[in-house]
Amino acid sequence: MIEVSGLTVRFGGVTSLDNMSVTFEAGTCGLIGPNGAGKTTFFNVLSGFVRPASGSVRAFGDDLLSIVHFRRARWGVRRTFQTEQAIEELSVFDNVGLVHEHAGQPRASRRADVLDAISFVGLDVDPASPVGTLGVGQRRLLEVARAVVGHPRLVLLDEPAAGLPDAETEGLAEVIRQIPARTGALTILVDHDMSLVSGCCETTAVLDFGELIASGPTAQVLRDERVVRAYLGTAEVA
Amino acid sequence: MLDVAESPDSADSTASARLSGLRLPTRPTLIRSAVIVVLLVFVLLGLPQLLSLYYVDAMTQVTVYAMVALGLGVLVGRVGLMSLGQVAVLAVGAWSAARLLFGTGQPYPLVLLEAGLVTMILGTVLLLPALRLRGLYLALITLMLAGAVTVVLATLNFPNGGHGFTGYNGNQTHIPPIRRPSIATSDPAYFRYAVVVAVVMFALVAIHIRTRPGRAWAAIRQSEPAALTVGINTTLYKLWAVALASFVTGVAGGVYAGAVHYLYSIDFPAYTSITILAVVLMGGAYSLWGAVVAGLLMQLLPALLQNWGVSNDWLTILFGIGVVQVLTTAPRGLADQFPKDMAKLGKLLAGLVRRPVPAAVPETTGGETP
Repeated sequence: MIEVSGLTVRFGGVTSLDNMSVTFEAGTCGLIGPNGAGKTTFFNVLSGFVRPASGSVRAFGDDLLSIVHFRRARWGVRRTFQTEQAIEELSVFDNVGLVHEHAGQPRASRRADVLDAISFVGLDVDPASPVGTLGVGQRRLLEVARAVVGHPRLVLLDEPAAGLPDAETEGLAEVIRQIPARTGALTILVDHDMSLVSGCCETTAVLDFGELIASGPTAQVLRDERVVRAYLGTAEVA
Repeated sequence: MLDVAESPDSADSTASARLSGLRLPTRPTLIRSAVIVVLLVFVLLGLPQLLSLYYVDAMTQVTVYAMVALGLGVLVGRVGLMSLGQVAVLAVGAWSAARLLFGTGQPYPLVLLEAGLVTMILGTVLLLPALRLRGLYLALITLMLAGAVTVVLATLNFPNGGHGFTGYNGNQTHIPPIRRPSIATSDPAYFRYAVVVAVVMFALVAIHIRTRPGRAWAAIRQSEPAALTVGINTTLYKLWAVALASFVTGVAGGVYAGAVHYLYSIDFPAYTSITILAVVLMGGAYSLWGAVVAGLLMQLLPALLQNWGVSNDWLTILFGIGVVQVLTTAPRGLADQFPKDMAKLGKLLAGLVRRPVPAAVPETTGGETP
């Protein structure tokens, strides 16, 4: 369970997150909002790249913000980026193994864990093949494999389906749905594709201009008047 | 063994060997190892016999600068740190080795190791504040540091057998030469000795690239934030790269001290660092072969030009054009481009040989139409 309370992030005069308080219980949670709403900023706070002006994040009882950024992988935070970050120079195996290696996982289980993660996401390639030979969809799957390897506790997926055709998005959704059951990790999914979010997430939180405007069961949130307004840009009725 | 993690098939073969749990070398690996062994045997046994002493000396310098290029290759090619201070690091290694060789009777390999370690510590401490900088600013800071080290060395002087910490005696009339290992006092023998030391250094770096630090460096070079999120302590691994590069360069300094017998601060001008970076970029910072090419460009080319009576100033122009050419057409350097060009040339020649056969077809059809 992740409890976020009073989280505020400012960049100069811009308030990216304004007193955000939300609880992500378990399973797969969606985080949606128009461009510039603060979704990636929230992820950057959780990864330790951005220091909030105020607020706290308690993750499974630990004060996440007090952990140095590179130690958070060891704690159990995994993350994918909007632009995929597979390392060109390394093989598929080493790309996943690298995460396992630096997240403090035992060496003895590395081979099994890595191959397990690769087969879990359904990446049907030779683990020894270089990343350069992979297609866009395969690289996205590789990113997810990197995020689920070695006992994660919190998986952050930042637009994992960006640039994917519908058929491949469906396959990715299937994988994302299985992450909590398989790894026990709380998964937070940021995406603009509403069908992906509603298909994967039991609960969803909505950000708009740094403010949390709704959270709760996904179907209910997506019908919420304020959410519809934020997305369609209807003028505020006084 | 040399171009680790560069060509996809080598990464492929190591990974598959690991996956299968067996370390059976694949065919490309075998061929590559065979080529390296044959080359080494030739360099160690054949080359000193074939060359005049002038070129043997030049080749010893090539070996020294191949090690310097190897160190800079770790910085530029692995973690993206552009250093313009490598000649100062080399000078620190040479100074430490010379001081130890005059002051103690330790065996040469031990002195090289110690000189490497001293340089590693000094080089890392010097670059510590610079680690937060990148690109142009890092290059400028390192150039300034190299200048500062040159000034310090000009005042301190290199050891010449005197007493005290500096080991310098300005009144000495007879200056003893810096000693060489007893098994390698002659120039050809010392060349072989230098090559063996260089092989050890190349192997050290190759092992680093293939294992945990190498993978961490690959992640850092691609994206530091992404590296942090997978749990890589980027500062530690960058420092590690700096330490390794300084160690290798320090050892090179030790080999240099024995090669030239006498050291003067004027032999380490700060601007040489710029030439070193240029040849590393031309040779290829991402491959270990690139370091060998860089060493040849840096030391064999001037020796050839001097022998032919061509002014060395042409080299400056040549390197300038070379860097621009490489950065625009072959960013991975000559070590990567040359085999590709050769393959292309081979295809072209093969095409020329085969051409007459298909060319005959349109002629006959053309003849039938009217």
